[in-house]
Amino acid sequence: MKKPLFLLALCFLLAACGGQSGDETAGSSTPPQSMIEEPEPSIAEGKGIGEVENVELTEPLDEDMIEMGEAIYQMKCAACHKLTDQRVVGPGWAGITNKRKPEWIMNMVTNVDVMLAEDPEAQKLLEECLTRMPNQNVSIGDARAILEFMRKNDVEKAGERDQAVEES
Amino acid sequence: MIRLLPTIILLAAGALGLFTACDSANTENVVNGDVAGEVYVPPGEYDEFYAFLSGGYSGQVTVYGLPSGRLFREIPVFSQYPENGYGYSEETKPLFETSFGFVPWDDTHHIELSQTDGDFDGRWLFVNGNNTPRIARVDLKTFETVEILEIPFVAGLHCAPFITQNSEYLVSGTRFSVPIPQEDVPIDSYSENFDGAINYVSVDPESGEMELAFQILVPGFNYDLARNGKGKSHGWSFLTTYNSEQAHSLLEINASQRDKDLMAVVNWKRAEEYLEQGAFETRNVSYYHNLVDEGSGIATSNEETSVRMINPADAPGVVYFLPVPKSPHGCDIDPTGEFIVGNGKLSADLSVYSFDKIQQAIENENYEGDFEGIPIISYEAAIEGVVKEPGLGPLHTEFDGRGNAYTTFFISSEVVKWNVESKEVLDRQPTFYSPGHLVIPGGETMNPKGKYLVAMNKITKDRYLPTGPELVHSAQLFDISGEKMRLLLDFPTKGEPHYAQAISADKIMPNVKKFYALEENEHPYAAKGEGRAKVEREGEEIHVYMTAIRSHLAPDNIEGIKVGDEVYFHLTNLEQDWDVPHGFAILGNTNAELLVMPGQTRTLKWEPQRVGVFPFYCTDFCSALHQEMSGYVRVSPKGSNVPLKWGLNENLSEKDMLSQAEEENGSSM
Repeated sequence: MKKPLFLLALCFLLAACGGQSGDETAGSSTPPQSMIEEPEPSIAEGKGIGEVENVELTEPLDEDMIEMGEAIYQMKCAACHKLTDQRVVGPGWAGITNKRKPEWIMNMVTNVDVMLAEDPEAQKLLEECLTRMPNQNVSIGDARAILEFMRKNDVEKAGERDQAVEES
Repeated sequence: MIRLLPTIILLAAGALGLFTACDSANTENVVNGDVAGEVYVPPGEYDEFYAFLSGGYSGQVTVYGLPSGRLFREIPVFSQYPENGYGYSEETKPLFETSFGFVPWDDTHHIELSQTDGDFDGRWLFVNGNNTPRIARVDLKTFETVEILEIPFVAGLHCAPFITQNSEYLVSGTRFSVPIPQEDVPIDSYSENFDGAINYVSVDPESGEMELAFQILVPGFNYDLARNGKGKSHGWSFLTTYNSEQAHSLLEINASQRDKDLMAVVNWKRAEEYLEQGAFETRNVSYYHNLVDEGSGIATSNEETSVRMINPADAPGVVYFLPVPKSPHGCDIDPTGEFIVGNGKLSADLSVYSFDKIQQAIENENYEGDFEGIPIISYEAAIEGVVKEPGLGPLHTEFDGRGNAYTTFFISSEVVKWNVESKEVLDRQPTFYSPGHLVIPGGETMNPKGKYLVAMNKITKDRYLPTGPELVHSAQLFDISGEKMRLLLDFPTKGEPHYAQAISADKIMPNVKKFYALEENEHPYAAKGEGRAKVEREGEEIHVYMTAIRSHLAPDNIEGIKVGDEVYFHLTNLEQDWDVPHGFAILGNTNAELLVMPGQTRTLKWEPQRVGVFPFYCTDFCSALHQEMSGYVRVSPKGSNVPLKWGLNENLSEKDMLSQAEEENGSSM
């Protein structure tokens, strides 16, 4: 399984160089449906692909979810993502809710293999970072808690949050 | 496992010579048409069965797919395995503790899969260690060895670990009788001072945990193989023995004098009654029980100090003997539980006993004497029939669930199919060469899947490209779904497979664990998150709480280690996806690497001997940036005042400026 994943990453690189659309899927362990079907309309809406179709944002922020989200972040995410805008392995999280819709964020966390195979924005990140984001086995509920922690982090690090939703 | 007369060796050599001479002709005769398609499993598709083969002197167990014969995994059990650190990591070392100390090798013979209602349930695999008597349990969710129990008072635990139809017990017997307890006596006082033991290890129905429930003191023979009754014969065990002559030297001659040896017939339900009544003796003896804690993954070793011993003289009705012609080896029971096959390996015939007749004979006290007070059931009263001259050197028998039995013949190198009721030989097929055990999926249970048969051959000679004096053993796959057996495939195996068991893939596949949940990791040195990575000094002990995720280790720069320190690298793999192990190796380490599964913590002890800077790296190609997944440890002279510092992506020299308080509160990452 390791080699196909590696090859998949190479495929993306090659696809990028060749100016192709990037829906190369050789070696993927979760074959995307888009080989023959039309791209998901949610991609065009910037919501990515996955189970998360619509997120109701809480106001004010939910403190319990923030606490839980931070604990999951420390265990499963912090090795690659800083809370500033500094990229290490993956992009820093500061300002992420101003750039990405909540559905896109949660789909990226919970459905990363399909996202990397089909979502153009996810593929751009792979081209930048050159390391596939791992599937960290995060449930939808846990991903929602992580989102809440990101929103709080954005207030602290970027001065505002949820701008990606406001813009649409 | 096979004991031979020189004449047999000559016979075998002669037989081999014949087969060798017309090898290709034989192969053409036995492989008809295009059978390749029948064993071909297309890329991406799965085999129908798992086959678990013991490794013999490798000490391990291998996992193959049937019908393809593809090797999927070697499960380390009784031998250290530097490939993944088994027996080298601090977590797994205690599994090798015995009353003799740390024993890093053994000789695995017989695989027994757990059963419920006389059918495989896919939960655990048990296998014996022959040389230092032990039984191991492998968890079939993880394919990892999770428990090893030493068996006291025995020597050479060949006859093990045969399971009962609801996994109540694993039954075993001593191959080499010895003084019980051990003492300094002349070897030629064998008949006076040497005894055997039959051992009953209970299996906890929930956890699978083993316990030595009781032992039975028996005459000093060589207890060889066993099976337990099923269905109507559930509650009874049958163990073949050889050396009723009680020879202690040149056994190949001196233990082959009598026409008949004795099969031990044990009523274990009766034994349980005696235990309840307190009719046993508590014997003090040291033996080890090593068990992996599921939450932490850490094995602990506990010394046990006593066993309950039943003496048949005080417990009539527990043990009987039954005569079996000529140094029997295998002892196998058909799916109905009625027919017991004794394979006398120096006999040309197979003896088939009837459970009902044995019961009748016991009821009528139809005995032909006794051995040390244990009644010997009349052969004539118990025998149901004889398969006349099916071949030379019968060893083992399995069943297809359609009324047929299949027996391997070591000397005449063949598998013979015969009908259990009629005792008529129906078919014979050559093997290449000299098969020991054979296996049919479920072939020892009440519910065999009689589609394939695998014969495991001891000798391969000219079958494969030669590899010097040492050659692989082989397995040969037959289709047994029709009237005649058809050879489909032979494939090389690892070590020396003795027995194997095969099980439908759908009984195991849905339960296989893909990774360990980080949330459930209870290892005391786990760093569950990169923010918890740290280095601590306790005197000369250094504990590195290290994390791994594609594609870096944290911390990856460590200073302040000194020559003479004992450094423990506790590596936690933060991945939570299938098939993403990370490895760890460091220059100058004198044992092995670690291979750490996702969510798991494993510990490698390193004792730096030289001053310098030593790289460590991930050994498992995990990502495009795997080559970058590495780090350095600086080792200073003993007594040096280089402070303990560590970090990832930061300048350690600048950290000298940081306040001591900051380091102490753990924010140095």
